[in-house]
Amino acid sequence: MNVFNAVLLRDLRVAFRRWSELAHPLIFFVIVVTLFPLALSPTAAQLREVGIGVLWVAALLSSLLALDGLFRSDADDGSLEQLLLSPAPMTIAVLAKVVAHATVTLLPLMCLVPLSALSFNIPLNALPTLAFALVLAAPTLSVLVALGAALTVSLRRGGSIVGLLVLPLTGPLLIFGTRATDLSVNGEPTAAPLLFLAALAALAVSLGPLAIAAAVKVGLE
Amino acid sequence: MKLPRWFHQLGSPPYVYRLAERLAPWLGGLGLLLLAVGSYWGLVIAPPDYQQGDSARIIYIHPQTAYVGMMAYVVMAVAAGIGYVWRMKLAHAVAVSAAPIGAWFTFCALITGALWGRPTWGTYWQWGDPRIMSEALLLFLFLGYLALRGAFDDRDKADRVTAILAVVGVVNVPIIHYSVEWWNSLHQTSTLLAEGGPAMTIDMLIPFLIMFAGFTLTFYWLLLRRLQAEIVEREGNARWLRDWLAGARNE
Repeated sequence: MNVFNAVLLRDLRVAFRRWSELAHPLIFFVIVVTLFPLALSPTAAQLREVGIGVLWVAALLSSLLALDGLFRSDADDGSLEQLLLSPAPMTIAVLAKVVAHATVTLLPLMCLVPLSALSFNIPLNALPTLAFALVLAAPTLSVLVALGAALTVSLRRGGSIVGLLVLPLTGPLLIFGTRATDLSVNGEPTAAPLLFLAALAALAVSLGPLAIAAAVKVGLE
Repeated sequence: MKLPRWFHQLGSPPYVYRLAERLAPWLGGLGLLLLAVGSYWGLVIAPPDYQQGDSARIIYIHPQTAYVGMMAYVVMAVAAGIGYVWRMKLAHAVAVSAAPIGAWFTFCALITGALWGRPTWGTYWQWGDPRIMSEALLLFLFLGYLALRGAFDDRDKADRVTAILAVVGVVNVPIIHYSVEWWNSLHQTSTLLAEGGPAMTIDMLIPFLIMFAGFTLTFYWLLLRRLQAEIVEREGNARWLRDWLAGARNE
């Protein structure tokens, strides 16, 4: 557990020292969300109808934007190799990196989504469900994004390809996430899709770090 | 556990190349023959559907291509997994060979489905249909695999990295499939695996199954031929390969 804490603290510290970079995905999210009403009709009823989907897709896209910093800079300065050489299990270290990354990128995003939901006229009573669904989706999403970053760690121009790898895998998240929010807008019980999201999160957190660690190892060989 | 001898032989490129050379004509010949027989039976002899008329004859092409596309993904992922764990280069070659074939079969399943959808559902493409969506996502997984592969210059590294992606993908295929299925479906449920036996008369069932066998054998025929090409590319100037090719030229 020492490794976990050490890596987590270090990554958080590094992230906060480059805090302006942390804002990029958030600004991207706000821009995408602004573009949709421009492209669609701006009537309130229509915006409410597409709003939930737009917010979820924008959140997925902006989480992709943030992944470059996850392994790349550590691979460049050699600290990732030091982690590999250390006797500590790589899966734990990778898990810590993913948690740190999710804290600094996904958490602010999650605060922003319910706020933007208000601007789409999504009813107030659906916001807790929306926020809860996002929190449940976050572990799966960050594991998938980290996997994309790990698979492309040795590629100079990995950024353009990661979307191709990660986005098809986020389909289930999108289905259950939007479904939960839709149901709560209509005042129906939302337990089923939320439980599915939780199950996906459990699966991703337990198996994901193994795949990520393997990908990092191969990438640095 | 002591592994049997043939298992070790499957790791040897010359052995596998020659095995493929011997098997491929049989698989290809039998596969194409079955496809010809099944097509004739299905398109000419079998009765038209009482509701959908002749457009229902897509059932002799469409489910089979969709099935082969999924099978190709599993073959690819299992081969890639074996290659990753046992560092078996030939297994990676199998995975690489399966990917484009699987992508094409998945693409064909989408196209044939669209052609059938127009007269039957009244639309080529229905965004709300789960099976169309999971098939499209499967195609994207294939394309992502091929794109990742193409991004690497170093073949060994490409093998191992894409193997991880393939294995992660195969864990996700059922999740994607069932989560998408959870949507409201327009697609008809499986005809073959229906409760209380196949919901088809016997004169439709026989060509239906013949086409399954035909497409499966054709897939493995294509796989073996691609595998041979992949071996030639990987082995480059190996002695046995040059001897073999020289021998083939002299015959």
